[in-house]
Amino acid sequence: MKRSVLIKKGAEANLYLANWHGRKVVLKKRLPKKYRPRALDEQIRTYRTIHEPQLMHEAKKAGVPTPIVFLVDKAKATIIMQYIHGKQVKQLLNEMSQNERQSICFRIGESVGKLHKYGIVHGDLTTSNLIQNPTGRVFFLDFGLGDKTKELEARGVDLHLMKRALQSTHYAHAEECFENAIRGYSTVLGSETSENVLDKIGQIERRGRYVAERKEKGLMTVN
Amino acid sequence: MSKRTAKERYCLGIESSADDFSVGISTFNGMTLANVIDAYVPEEGGIHPREAARHHAAVADKVLESALKESGIKPQGLSVIAFSQGPGLGPSLRTGATVARALSSYLKIPLVGVNHCVAHIEIGKLKTGTKNPLALYVSGGNTIVTAFDAGRYRVFGETLDIALGNCLDVFAREAHLHQKPGLPFGAVVERLAQSGKQLVRLPYTVKGMDVSLSGLLTAAVTALKKGECTIEDMCYSLQETAFSMVTEVTERALAHTGREEVLLTGGVAANKRLQSMITSVAEEHNARFEVVPTEFAIDNGAMIAWTGVLAYKHGIATEIERSQVRLRWRLEEVEIPWME
Repeated sequence: MKRSVLIKKGAEANLYLANWHGRKVVLKKRLPKKYRPRALDEQIRTYRTIHEPQLMHEAKKAGVPTPIVFLVDKAKATIIMQYIHGKQVKQLLNEMSQNERQSICFRIGESVGKLHKYGIVHGDLTTSNLIQNPTGRVFFLDFGLGDKTKELEARGVDLHLMKRALQSTHYAHAEECFENAIRGYSTVLGSETSENVLDKIGQIERRGRYVAERKEKGLMTVN
Repeated sequence: MSKRTAKERYCLGIESSADDFSVGISTFNGMTLANVIDAYVPEEGGIHPREAARHHAAVADKVLESALKESGIKPQGLSVIAFSQGPGLGPSLRTGATVARALSSYLKIPLVGVNHCVAHIEIGKLKTGTKNPLALYVSGGNTIVTAFDAGRYRVFGETLDIALGNCLDVFAREAHLHQKPGLPFGAVVERLAQSGKQLVRLPYTVKGMDVSLSGLLTAAVTALKKGECTIEDMCYSLQETAFSMVTEVTERALAHTGREEVLLTGGVAANKRLQSMITSVAEEHNARFEVVPTEFAIDNGAMIAWTGVLAYKHGIATEIERSQVRLRWRLEEVEIPWME
């Protein structure tokens, strides 16, 4: 594994481009975080290192493109995976024509629908975690915060996070993008389920940050 | 105090969104001349909105008078009245708004409704000299990771349920700890946490750039009541877990935005352990770390006065007819013309 090059210093992990048995691969290494206690740090890094490849594999079964995982090194909190040639949707979205944008958002929504239908929530649906390859397929990355669940609450949070990511990074097109993603999502999950998820998103957004209002609505559950 | 010219202009700001009633006075170029805070400390339980409002109404004239006295400015010398218009508790906000409207009408000077969250960020920038930071705003009512972009403060991360300060406060009350004026629950928990050694495993919930703290709070209270650990260990574990979560999302937002400054603001910013964690991620990403001074970290009138100055200078004034309080006024709804 000589000549590995740092390609991204992320918040959670560093990504290195490397050559592994003749293949172009990405090494994802979750580095220790000095700010948190060692026991907590190890627990989080180990859990995510094991969990992420499992979800990536499951996502493929759901019909959503993800990089192939070649090796998981639990002790070093490192994953070796396929390098996906392409561009982050984050970089593409604001530059696209309206048609292209609507189409890619629709397809992203379809993929999220497939994940949810299969029982996976991604947990971090930002446009920097989506890569479009030259043939136009959108790969989903970074399942470290994902989960295996079919709960409405988890699905709602997943889409709420996507909506919020669009609002903070692609504010000029956020509404249009989210609408198209939901259209794609509904084609997979059906209109009834997606209505329920949309209702849930509404509830999540209304969830108060003020204790008095939450108490009135009986949403405080501390004994 | 530096010499003032006759031409200098002043804004008086009123903050009353939660448990503090405060009046601050700021010059138009950002000098704080007064910042008087009177805290309502409930005898038991959390903030009762009506009780808090009653407290605010009872102390308003006294606080106003001492702020004016401290600044050495006569009411007739003021140019603008600013007030915290939201978000916050309705009865509390309305009390401050009523005082502000009365002053503005009586003195025949403009009224400016200020967003409480914007004010926490603006006073942080003013007092630390940061220009365009990624801000972590943590208090009893809010937990927000934000940065300015294209006319507004964009919210990158926030809590999905309760605020960080609220999590610590409710835990402290459930653990039968006591707060005093000058020693709020957050400080009590911080002090106890310093003698904690054993890390108790608690739910760690990060979702994208958001955090969820209610499950953590419930687990911490439950474990303590079952007698599974000492109060010191639980304060330590609660702080370490909750602060690690907000630090993780701050780091995510920092990597995402690539900002060169990190500003810690809001009441919980006074916590030394949280400061050290945020310092660590700022260093990791070659960003400068700044924390707002404690006097301006908690809810205060000076921040409202200063934000009122910024808004007023950019042509923003609030007609009395449109000055009703906005309980759920979100940070990203506010246009920020002074940042361009």
